[in-house]
Amino acid sequence: MSNEPKKQKKEVTRRQFLAYTLGGTGGFLAASMIVPMVRFAVDPLLQDKGESEFVKVIALDKLSDEPVSVPFKMLQKDGWVEEEVDLTAWITKNASGQVQALSPICKHLGCTVNWNTEKKYPNQYFCPCHGAHYEKNGKNLAIATAPLDEYEVKIQDNYVYLGKLGPNTKVTT
Amino acid sequence: MLKSIYNWIDERLDITPLWRDVADHEVPEHVNPAHHFSAFVYCFGGLTFFVTVIQILSGMFLTMYYVPDIMNAHASVNYLQNEVAFGNIVRGMHHFGASLVIVMMFLHTLRVFFTGSYKAPREMNWVIGMLIFMVMLGLGFTGYLLPWDDKAYFATKVGIQIAASVPLIGDQIKELLQGGDIVGAQTISRFFAIHVFFLPGALLGLLGAHFFMIRKQGISGPL
Ligand code: HEM
Ligand code: FES
Repeated sequence: MSNEPKKQKKEVTRRQFLAYTLGGTGGFLAASMIVPMVRFAVDPLLQDKGESEFVKVIALDKLSDEPVSVPFKMLQKDGWVEEEVDLTAWITKNASGQVQALSPICKHLGCTVNWNTEKKYPNQYFCPCHGAHYEKNGKNLAIATAPLDEYEVKIQDNYVYLGKLGPNTKVTT
Repeated sequence: MLKSIYNWIDERLDITPLWRDVADHEVPEHVNPAHHFSAFVYCFGGLTFFVTVIQILSGMFLTMYYVPDIMNAHASVNYLQNEVAFGNIVRGMHHFGASLVIVMMFLHTLRVFFTGSYKAPREMNWVIGMLIFMVMLGLGFTGYLLPWDDKAYFATKVGIQIAASVPLIGDQIKELLQGGDIVGAQTISRFFAIHVFFLPGALLGLLGAHFFMIRKQGISGPL
């Protein structure tokens, strides 16, 4: 290796050398200013979403196969503002005692659905905005492209506790 | 790649003369620290501008989280400083930069004073410089209230009290600054508006005039 004749290297001109070193240093300095600010700005995307706690909403023996609309409050952390927000869930208990709590927010564009309010669709959830309707377990039948979301459910001492909202687990597509 | 993009635009808009006119000018030997190290004193103007750019950028990013409201201002600053990634750094840039910009401006003014650069034909640029100085002090004063902690509140009370000691119109000045009878909700909201819209706008206009005159008149000669 070392006794091979040196290859003719492409000379770096003084001008190029200066452009690279000054450009590199300047770029590094600019980046050390800009990077923290950009990371600061995109922080909402990267922040931990955090676990929400469970809240007690209704006694188990008040539930049946017929959905009931149950209002409840949950603590919501929104940046520096922490407050209780009012939410509702449509809750059912089937014959085998399984409890399901559906979000009333339409999966089309976010209006609020109601149970059994449209004559054309008896025993279904119906959205008045653009006519989406859903089966009792939340399965989407028209307009909406996904089943109604579902709250995590925990049963303790014969009370129903609701947790985080997530995608429907009962509907198989 | 970059070169061909540039050429493509240049063919259509002939932008080369534009930036040549702004950027291509000689740096005389007596202001170049590479020739005489003591010429570093001529850098202070540029450094003042550099810190001003940092203030404007970091300030713009701070306003993404900051709210100018007595119930939320302190909580939002606390949040952006402690919960948001790099919040301490971005707020730190703005906080320490606010002092640094005054220091740099002061050193720049000293250089201009001791090189006699304020003399004809550059008197108007000295006046513009003094206006920039006042705008900077205004930015420092109005920004200081924004975190809405004890230091902010009492510093503003004192500052307004000083303004109120002006003969005859003192009370009116005080009420105008406060936007009401006390330092409170209306004060923080108007200080915010002055801090992020009015004074930065005035500052950019003044800096434009400052740089235009420097370009027109050139840098003053050697001592
Ligand atoms: C367009 C330009 C600017 C914007 C948008 C801006 C915005 C802000 C905001 C939102 C705050 C409150 C957040 C905090 O206190 O951490 C603040 C604070 C402050 N600003 Fe600015 N600012 C600008 C330029 C300046 C300049 C040029 C100066 C200095 C002369 C300055 C001096 C201050 C000071 C002293 C504080 C209080 C900082 C602290 O105690 O942490 N600002 N600014
Ligand atoms: S939002 Fe419910 S149907 Fe469109």
